[in-house]
Amino acid sequence: MNGSQAEIAIDRAPTTRARRRFEWFRNPDSSFFQIVRPVGTLAIFFTLWGVAVRLSHSDLFPTPVGVAAGIVELVQKGLLLKYIVASLFRVSWGFTLAVVVGVPSGLLLGWYSRAFQAFNPIIQILRPISPIAWIPVAILWFGVSDAAPIFLIFLASVFPITVSAIAAVQNMQPVYLRAAQNFGLSRGELFRQVIFRASLPQIITGIRIALGVAWLVVVAAEMIAVNSGLGYLIIDARNAGKRYDLVVAGMVMIGLIGLILDLLVRRLEKFDEVRWGYANRQ
Amino acid sequence: MSSAAISIRNLSMSFPGKRAGEETSVLANISAEVAEGEFVCLVGPSGCGKSTLLNIVAGFLEPTSGEVLVEGELVRGPDPRRIFVFQENGVFPWLNVRDNICFGLRQQGRAERDRILTHYIDMVGLNGFENAYPRELSGGMKQRVEIARALAASPDIIYMDEPFGALDFITRLKMRADLMRIWQSEKKTILFVTHDIEEAVQLADRILVLSNRPASIQKIVHVDLARPRDLDSSGYLEKRDEIFGVMGMSLRVGETAA
Repeated sequence: MNGSQAEIAIDRAPTTRARRRFEWFRNPDSSFFQIVRPVGTLAIFFTLWGVAVRLSHSDLFPTPVGVAAGIVELVQKGLLLKYIVASLFRVSWGFTLAVVVGVPSGLLLGWYSRAFQAFNPIIQILRPISPIAWIPVAILWFGVSDAAPIFLIFLASVFPITVSAIAAVQNMQPVYLRAAQNFGLSRGELFRQVIFRASLPQIITGIRIALGVAWLVVVAAEMIAVNSGLGYLIIDARNAGKRYDLVVAGMVMIGLIGLILDLLVRRLEKFDEVRWGYANRQ
Repeated sequence: MSSAAISIRNLSMSFPGKRAGEETSVLANISAEVAEGEFVCLVGPSGCGKSTLLNIVAGFLEPTSGEVLVEGELVRGPDPRRIFVFQENGVFPWLNVRDNICFGLRQQGRAERDRILTHYIDMVGLNGFENAYPRELSGGMKQRVEIARALAASPDIIYMDEPFGALDFITRLKMRADLMRIWQSEKKTILFVTHDIEEAVQLADRILVLSNRPASIQKIVHVDLARPRDLDSSGYLEKRDEIFGVMGMSLRVGETAA
C-alpha cells in the first residue's frame, strides 16, 4: 500500500513548468478549489431555486433576486437594522442571564452530589419541554413586552449550560483535585482556580449549543409575544400582504446572523486556557 | 527514632467488595520509617498496592487500620508541606509553565515568587518555556514542570508515584539523573514508588520490597553505593540481583527461581 502511494506521489511531482503553472487547478485541495467548492454549491442552489420558482409560475414565492430586492427594501426603510438590533438585544439579555445562573449552579450541582440528587429530577423534567410551549405562560406573566422573549431565551439556554457544567465537574480528572487539595486550597480557591478552570472547555461547548438554541427561540418568541425583531418581521410580512420576499429575506438574515454568532463563540475555543480540552478536534 | 520524618505503623488496608465479607485486602500490617533527607523507594510487583500505600501516607486515602505520623504528627489529610508528584497529567493544562510552578506560591509577594520561579525553572532546565502550555510540552517536560511545582512549594517531603513510568527509556534515564542532582542539592525526604527495580537501585538509599497482594514488607535493602552510581559496577548489579531474587525472579529469561 505504501509502495503504491509513493509511486503516485513521484508520478505527480511537478517536473515541467506547465505542470507547476496549473498546480492550482491540478491540486484538488488548492485554495482555488477551497473557495470554488462552497461558492459553486451556493450558486447552483440559487440557480435551481430561481428556475424552480419560474417554472412553477408562483406569484408568492420569491426568486433569489426578489429576496435580494426585499433585503434592499428593508435596509432603505431602516427596518432591517432596527429588527436585527431588537432580536440581538433580547438574545443578549436572555443568554447572559442563562450564563450567570447556569454556570455557577452547574458547578455547584456537579460538585455537591447531594444537591445534584435533589435537583436533577426537576432539571431533567423541565429540560425536554420546548421553550415554544412556554410562550403562553410567558405572555401571561410578562405580557407583550421584551421580558417575555428574554424569559423564553433564558429558559432555552440555561439548561444546556447547566447540564454541561454539571457533567464537566462530575467527569473532572481526579488528579487535578488531588493536586489542588495537596496545595491546601480553600473552598473558594478550589472552585475558582481548579473546578471552574477544569470545566471551562465543556462549559464553552454548552454555551455554543445554548446560543444556537437561543437564536432559534428568539424568532419563535418574536412571532407571538412582541412587535419587533426578525421573527416579527417574518410573521408581519406574511400577515400584512403576503410579502414572501420579505419573509425569506428575514430567514436569510436569521441564518447569516446565526452563523456569525457561532463563529464568534468558536473563537473562545481557541484560547490557550481551554484549548487543551478539545485535543481530539484540533 | 525522633529523626524519623515518616513513621508508618501497622498499616492495613482493604477495599469493600461487591458483597459484604468479600473485601479485598491490599495492605497487611505494614510498618516502616523514613529518615529525614532519606531517599526511599517502594518496589513490588504491579498491582501489589504500593500506590495505595503511598496515597495513604500522603493523606489521600484513609487506612482501614494503623496510622501514619509525619514529624511525630498524625496524618489526617494532604498537606502543602508534603507534595505529591503524580504519574502523569498532574500539571494543570489550563495554566502555563510559569503559573503551574507558582501554583503553591499564593502567599508570597511578586518579587519572591519570581525569584523562586527562576530558581526552579533553571533547576529543571525549562528556561524559555515559561509561557508554554502543557499540551505543547513532551511527557518528560511535563514531569519536570510538576517536579518544579512541587519543589517551589518548599515541602519537607516529596511523594512520587511512578513519576517516570509513562516516559520513554532515554527520557527516563535523564530524568533519574536530574532527580538525583536535584535531591542532592535540595536535601528533601523522598518516598518514591516504582515497579522498576533498576530505577530503585539507581536512586534509593533504602528500598522497601513489597510482596504480592496483600502487600507486606518482604525485605529492606540498603543501597550504600556512592553517587553518581555506576550501572555496570558489581555493587550495583549485586543489589539489583538481590531484589530480583527477593521478588522471585531470575534474570535468565524463561526461568523462575523458587
